[in-house]
Amino acid sequence: MSAVLNEETKNVLVSPLIDNNPITLQVLGICSALAVTSQMSTSLIMAIALTSVTACSSATISMIRNHIPSSIRIIVQMTIIASLVIIVDQILKAFAYEISKQLSVFVGLIITNCIVMGRAEAFAMKNPPLESFIDGVGNGLGYSLILIIVAFFRELFGSGKLLGIDIFPLAKDGGWYEPNGLMLLPPSAFFIIGIIIWVFRQWKSEQVEQPDFKILEIAHGEGGAH
Amino acid sequence: MEAYVSLFIKAVFVENLALAFFLGMCTFLAVSKKISTAIGLGVAVMVVQTITVPANNIIYHTLLKEDALAWLGITGVDLSFLSLLSCIGVIAALVQILEMILDKFFPTLYHALGVFLPLITVNCAILGGSLFMIERDYNFNESVVYGIGSGFGWALAITVMAGVREKLKYSDIPGGLQGLGITFISAGLMSLGFMAFSGIQL
Repeated sequence: MSAVLNEETKNVLVSPLIDNNPITLQVLGICSALAVTSQMSTSLIMAIALTSVTACSSATISMIRNHIPSSIRIIVQMTIIASLVIIVDQILKAFAYEISKQLSVFVGLIITNCIVMGRAEAFAMKNPPLESFIDGVGNGLGYSLILIIVAFFRELFGSGKLLGIDIFPLAKDGGWYEPNGLMLLPPSAFFIIGIIIWVFRQWKSEQVEQPDFKILEIAHGEGGAH
Repeated sequence: MEAYVSLFIKAVFVENLALAFFLGMCTFLAVSKKISTAIGLGVAVMVVQTITVPANNIIYHTLLKEDALAWLGITGVDLSFLSLLSCIGVIAALVQILEMILDKFFPTLYHALGVFLPLITVNCAILGGSLFMIERDYNFNESVVYGIGSGFGWALAITVMAGVREKLKYSDIPGGLQGLGITFISAGLMSLGFMAFSGIQL
């Protein structure tokens, strides 16, 4: 295994986690990322589903990349991705029916998740299958990382639980924690992702975007106008 | 009639695809820098949504649903697992056809929409609309109303967002929050505002 994971491949796997995270930096795959994060269990399932679809679709597309005419490549990619998603959807319905009901349409929406398409288009069309597979896993894990952080905060503060196990005893059951209902509602996901992006960019300052417009700095102590 | 009006209001405000279900977020964040482009994209999404949701509804009810093939004399066949594939196929094909029609007959509108038309194929709001239609088992009339309503709601959200972002350039934002970060937070605030509509009973 160590021969397979040489320096370059490792980089392909690790860099999407923080340095080139699909959600916070590439702005991909936000669509379905936010809606499933009010509970840890749904986001874990979603993370696993997306990672496997991205990895398998990248590998498959990369295998046939030299045979796809470029004019119809989007359709071909879509068909491969949609077939993989149907498999995932059927597996979930068979083995985890409750969770598949909670995820409702969001499993199907993996098809249009920009991470899958984006990696197929940007990486798998130019690289051999194994590397594409690893790139898919890496990007899937980057997505999973954000999803799990968001779900952690939303479930912990919204209902005092993690994976359905009580962490903070709720006030209504005789404990001390008064749940913050806002955390279970959609807007909180936006705020948490915004804050995660802020923290990431404070830490990795080269990710900071340049403002489109600069506020004019007025030089002090000149001319004595004040 | 009343049921349709309430379905429309619900699709536009209460269950806004962008702000309550986070659908079409990638384009929502990427194309909301200017009001004029946001309106262009919003109109395009609305048109495509109005056509694809009823089209998928017809296909689902005549071909894919359990025992839907009864009119061919075939019973006991449930093809509903193919709905994902058929939905995305219909969307891709319709967007392509729409593009050709607009190019031929309405060149000004075609040029106004420009690159946004093909982008719509991979917009989750469109696929999401069709999947919600299937999940909630809307009939044909409801699906028309839902298509128009959800498309309009998405267009409204992206236009308002673009308005907010045009004003944001005058504000002094901390470095790490510049760009994407502050956009998320303002989208969150807008989503809070739209939540005021939830609980409306018509």
